[in-house]
Amino acid sequence: MENSVAYEKATELRLGLPGIDEPAVLSSVKNNKRPLHDEKSGENGKSAENETAPPSKAQIVGWPPVQSYRKNNFQQAKKSESECGGIYVKVSMDGAPYLRKIDLKVYKGYPELLQVLENMFKFTIGDYSEREGYKGSDYEPTYEDKDGDWMLVGDVPWEMFIRSCKRLRIMKGSEARGLSCSGV
Amino acid sequence: MNMNYFPDEVVEHVFDFITSHKDRNSVSLVCKSWYKIERYSRQRVFIGNCYSITPQRLIARFPGLKSLTLKGKPHFADFNLVPHDWGGFVYPWIKALAKSRIGLEELRLKRMVVSDDSLELLSKSFPNFKSLVLVSCEGFTTDGVAAIAANCRFLRELDLQENEVEDHRGHWLSCFPESCTSLVSLNFACLKGEINLASLERLVARSPNLKSLRLNRVVPLDTLQKLLMRAPQLVDLGIGSYVDDPSSEVFSKLKAVIQLCNSIRSLSGFLEVAPCCMSAIYPICENLTFLNLSYAPGLQGNDLTKLVQHCRKLQRLWILDCIGDKGLGVVASTCKELQELRVFPSDPFDAENAAVTEEGLVLISAGCPKLNSLLYFCHQMTNAALITVAKNCTNFIRFRLCILDPVKADPVTNQPLDEGFGAIVRSNKSLKRLSLSGLLTDQVFLYIGMYAKKLEMLSIAFAGDSNKGMLYVLNGCKKLRKLEIRDCPFGDVALLQDMGKYETMRSLWMSSCEVTLGACKTLAKKMPSLNVEIINESEKLESEQLELSFDDRLLVDKMYLYRTLVGDRKDAPEYVWLL
Repeated sequence: MENSVAYEKATELRLGLPGIDEPAVLSSVKNNKRPLHDEKSGENGKSAENETAPPSKAQIVGWPPVQSYRKNNFQQAKKSESECGGIYVKVSMDGAPYLRKIDLKVYKGYPELLQVLENMFKFTIGDYSEREGYKGSDYEPTYEDKDGDWMLVGDVPWEMFIRSCKRLRIMKGSEARGLSCSGV
Repeated sequence: MNMNYFPDEVVEHVFDFITSHKDRNSVSLVCKSWYKIERYSRQRVFIGNCYSITPQRLIARFPGLKSLTLKGKPHFADFNLVPHDWGGFVYPWIKALAKSRIGLEELRLKRMVVSDDSLELLSKSFPNFKSLVLVSCEGFTTDGVAAIAANCRFLRELDLQENEVEDHRGHWLSCFPESCTSLVSLNFACLKGEINLASLERLVARSPNLKSLRLNRVVPLDTLQKLLMRAPQLVDLGIGSYVDDPSSEVFSKLKAVIQLCNSIRSLSGFLEVAPCCMSAIYPICENLTFLNLSYAPGLQGNDLTKLVQHCRKLQRLWILDCIGDKGLGVVASTCKELQELRVFPSDPFDAENAAVTEEGLVLISAGCPKLNSLLYFCHQMTNAALITVAKNCTNFIRFRLCILDPVKADPVTNQPLDEGFGAIVRSNKSLKRLSLSGLLTDQVFLYIGMYAKKLEMLSIAFAGDSNKGMLYVLNGCKKLRKLEIRDCPFGDVALLQDMGKYETMRSLWMSSCEVTLGACKTLAKKMPSLNVEIINESEKLESEQLELSFDDRLLVDKMYLYRTLVGDRKDAPEYVWLL
C-alpha cells in the first residue's frame, strides 16, 4: 500500500523538487482521513502505521499555524534554559559510602526531586507537612543554603530553593527529627 | 436640503467626522464634487495590499496624507509558507513619499520587508514624523531603529511588535537625543540584545507623556522598579525580565512602587519570570483590561490561575494552554467582562501534551457572555462542545479554532466537525473571521455558504472532499474579502467557476491544492484586474524540469492572486511567476 502511494506521488505532475518531505507527509495525512470515515479499513490503517511518524509529530510545513516569531521565541527560551547550565549539587546520605551529584534544573518541583532521591538511595521519604516536616520515615531530606544553615527541604517555593541550595543531605534518625520541629 | 449648496469648507468639515476608511471610501463615490473634497481632506489611508496600488497614485490622489498603513505579505507568510524575499518592500513607498510634498507623520506596516536604508530615509525625510508601528516585519537591524531614534525630533510612538530584528547590540536607545521628550509609546520587546539601562532610565525620566512601555528580556527587575518610579502614569506595561528573590530589598521597593501605578490597564511580557514574584503584581490586576501572558512560558498553570483570579475587569486575555481546562474555568468564573480570548500552545510541536480541550472552551462560553473574539489551540474538539458554545455565544466576530492534530475527528463520535462549525456560523450572524480545523467535509462549507453572510476572512486547511466545498463558500459568502486555503482537494473547476468574484475580494491563497498551471494562466488571461502569482520555490530547477514546467497540467504548489489597479509588480524574485 505504501509503495503504491509513493508511486502515485512520484508520477503526479507537481512543481517542485522530487523527494521533498512535504508531499510525502501530506499524503500520509490525506490517507488518514479515510480510515475515520470507513471503520478503520485494514489497508489504510496499515499504511498509516507504516509511515515513519504520525502527522502530529511530523514536521508539516507551516503547521500548527503559530506565527514563526512565536515559535522561534519558544525554541530560544528552551535553548537558553538548557544553555544556562545546570545547578549541580552534591547529595549525601547518612550511612552511604559515597556521595552523588544531581542537576536541580532538571526537575520541575519537589515531588520529582524527592522521587529521584528515593530511587537513587533506595529508601522512602515520609509525607511532608508544613507543621511536622516529613512523617512516616527515618529519613529527612535537608539542604545547606547560601547562609550555611541546614534547612528542611520543601519549606520554601521551588524556584527559591534551587537558587539557594548548596548541597543536599539525607539525614537519618534522631538528628533528623530534631530539624523537623516547627519552632525556628 | 441639498448638500451641494454648501461651500466646500462646510462639506469638508462634515467629512472630518467621518473617520472610518470604509465610510470615507463610500463618501468619495457619491459625486465628483465629493470625491474632490474628500481626497483633499483625507489624512489617513489604509492599503491592505501594497501591490494593489502604487505610491505615485496614492500621492497624486491624497496630497494631504499624514498617516499611511500598509500590509505586504499574505497572511500565510506568518507560518513560513512564503519565502522571505517574495516581496512587500517598503523602500519604494518611502522613497516616493520622500520625494513628494507629503508631510508624513505616521507609518504603520504589517508583514513588510523594511531595510535599514528605508528607516534612515524615513527618519530624515519627514520633519513632523511622529509614529512608527512595525508589526511582523523583517529586514532591518537595530541600526535602522537607531536612525529613527536619532533623527525624528518629535517622535511620539516607536512600536515594534513581533518583528525579526537583527540586533547589533548597539546603542540605539542612547540615540534618542536629550531634547527628545515627546515619547508616548515605546515598545521594544521583540529586540533580543542588550541595551544601555542607564540610557533607558534617563529616557523614561524625560518623557512625561509616556503611557505605554514594553521592555525586552534584558531589562532586569531592579531597572523595572526604577522605571516605574519615574513613570507611575503608565497605562500599558510590558515587563522584560521578572526574576528576583522575593525577600530582597529591590523586590520590596518594586512592591511599593507598583502600588502607585494605578493607571496600568494593560500588562504583557514576563519574558523571563520567577513565579514566586508574581504576587507583587496582584494590586494592579484589579484594574487590568488586557493581559498578555502568551510569551511567559515560565509561568505554570497554577501561577496563571492565581493571577487571573485577581483580574475581574479583564476584557482581553492572551494566555498559554498550560493554564489548562480547570484554569479556563477560573477565567470563566472571574472574568465576566471578557471579550477576547487567545489560548496559544506552549509547545507547538507536542500535540499530545496540549493542555486544553473542548471542556475549557465550553466553560468559557458559559461564563463569559460578552465573548466576541476567539483564538483557541487545543488538542481536541467535539461537535457537542461547539454546539454548546454556539448556544452560549452569539456575538462572535472572530472565531479561530486550531486543533493541533490536523484532520482530527470528534473523538467521542468519530464524526467530522461539520455540525459543530455549522452551529457556530448559524448562531453567530456577525461573524467576520473564521478559521477551521479538524476533520471536515464539504458539508461544513455548505453551512458556511448558507449562514456566514457577514464573513470577510476564511482560513481553511486539510478540509473538504471536492470542488463543491470551495464553491459553496465562493457563492454564498457575499462579503468575503480574504480566502486562504492549504492542502484541500479544490481544483480548477472551483477556481474558474466565478472569476469575477475575485474582483470583489482582496486576495485568494491556495497552496497544495489541486489547481493546475493551465487554470491559473486562464484566470490571469481573462481577468486583467487580477495579479495571479505562482510561487515556485525549487530555485535550482534542472533544465529537464524547466521544460516540464511549461506543461499546463502541472499542479501548482502555491498560488496567490489579488486584485490590483496597477498590473504586474516589478519586484518579484525569479521564482515567483507572474502570469
